[in-house]
Amino acid sequence: MNYEAVIGLEVHVQLKTRTKMFCGCVNAYGGEPNSQTCPVCLGMPGVMPSPNEQAIRLTALSGLLLGCDIAPRCKFDRKNYFYADMPKNYQISQYDLPICLNGQMELMKECYPKDAQKDIQGVKQVKLTRIHLEEDVGKSFHFENCTGVDFDRAGAPLMEIVTQPDLNTPEEAFAFLSTLRLVLLYGKVSDADMEKGQMRCDVNVSIRPAGEKKLGTKIELKNLNSISGARRALAYEIERQKQALARGEKLVQETRRWDDDAGVTSSMRSKEMAHDYRYFPEPDLLPIDTTPWLDEVKRLVPELPMARKQRFMQQYQIADYNAGVLVADMDLADYFEKAAAHAPNPNAAANLIVNDLMRELGAASLPITQSPILPKDIAALTTVVESGKISSKQAKDVFAEMFKTGKNPDAIIAEKGLSQVSDAGAIEKFCDEVIAANPKIVTDIRSGNAKAVGALVGQVMKLSKGKANPAMVNEFLKKKLS
Amino acid sequence: MSTPSMDVRYVAQLARLNLSPDEAERFQAQLEQVLAYVEQLEQLDVKGIEPTAHAVPRSNVFRADEESSSLPVDEALGNAPQRLNNLFRVPKVVE
Repeated sequence: MNYEAVIGLEVHVQLKTRTKMFCGCVNAYGGEPNSQTCPVCLGMPGVMPSPNEQAIRLTALSGLLLGCDIAPRCKFDRKNYFYADMPKNYQISQYDLPICLNGQMELMKECYPKDAQKDIQGVKQVKLTRIHLEEDVGKSFHFENCTGVDFDRAGAPLMEIVTQPDLNTPEEAFAFLSTLRLVLLYGKVSDADMEKGQMRCDVNVSIRPAGEKKLGTKIELKNLNSISGARRALAYEIERQKQALARGEKLVQETRRWDDDAGVTSSMRSKEMAHDYRYFPEPDLLPIDTTPWLDEVKRLVPELPMARKQRFMQQYQIADYNAGVLVADMDLADYFEKAAAHAPNPNAAANLIVNDLMRELGAASLPITQSPILPKDIAALTTVVESGKISSKQAKDVFAEMFKTGKNPDAIIAEKGLSQVSDAGAIEKFCDEVIAANPKIVTDIRSGNAKAVGALVGQVMKLSKGKANPAMVNEFLKKKLS
Repeated sequence: MSTPSMDVRYVAQLARLNLSPDEAERFQAQLEQVLAYVEQLEQLDVKGIEPTAHAVPRSNVFRADEESSSLPVDEALGNAPQRLNNLFRVPKVVE
């Protein structure tokens, strides 16, 4: 039977604030264990939470980036459960009145896995259910005989973004997470680094016969620690469910854990043990009215990657592919815009950045922000090529030298005496010399072998030490020999 | 007035409390009384009144995103029954 997978995601994203959600401890990754805690985030008796305004605004901003409705009024609730990483035995979260409702996001073509981009059919919109704000829990380290807990992360502001079950393949889930990450980075809402746990994702997946309207048995997957891990886990799990159904087994609603090393999922708990969180309104926190400050947040909405790509294509006349590569990295797109501002031909600058600069940076493992070549020098390089001062072949050498030394192209051209000869008199003289020295080839060309002109061009280039403008050489030779 | 339904054993389980059969019976009766008492509120006509969890009509009480000092590590771990280097040591958690 032909099955279709139905996938929904719950994505947790840590907000980029200086301090935690309900206390003034720093919100930073990678400190000494338990060096960023206080009585509030350790859940000592009698302490009172004090909400971080910036975290609330960043959540509303995230909602605006993702086309959500921002609730005029929302509140916090207590979610009660016992777990070693949760110091208060309840988590402050939002239950029935989250900050953001509904919403949708378009999956960017560039955000699909590279090997799957050729198979994309149409543009997919993914609807969101809600975004709420809560506090993060501590981090557990599991040892052979015990568990150790670090509460530095406890109380960090954490958004939970919930999608509708609109995704159908592991590749779409990958594209959703990548696009979401990019949008959040553009909004400067989060660093959204999955390796640092700043973005974490749980997946709900079920399968049903293609064309069937009713949803199949929902399985939740946990421990997806990277975007590519989520793709692998889903691919495995969908296949597992298909095979189970093919064997005539009945699937049960459960939570399964992905083991990325072994490449398998295994059951953690079934629905019978599902939690009853006994949510109730947080008595220590007052409600939030978004109306008085929402306009200020609206002004922070930046140009999003999709819109930026369209603008790049129109404003700078660059190809879809180049525009996609550039906007998929905000810093790279910023770099390009700085270069394009000074380049007579922005498309040449885009090509240089996307092909040559990206290759060299990749080889040197450098981010664009540490590029040895300044954006204005990329523009300068395209300018000297455009004006014919150096040939595009010479430009490759100049580029390599720029990357190595960080010098500007004019300095390198002067140092190496590279400038291309475009002086008609000089080129004509070279051509005449070569014609005089090669009577046999000249006869050949005059008797109809047009291709032989290449040999003469080569000689002129050699004579000029590679500096002659090849287009002009070609023109002169053709004129003289026709 | 109907007696509100509640199952003291289930509530005890959620709170990780062990109740003897005797206690369960006693607390069941007591908690039912408490609930019945609170339920008197249902006699009030609250039509047109917005639901709220608070008695004061205030909102947007926020803190600026500014740092305050954290506890020294040893103090933070001061109440930990067991510590493992600078971590709170707890019984092994099985995921």
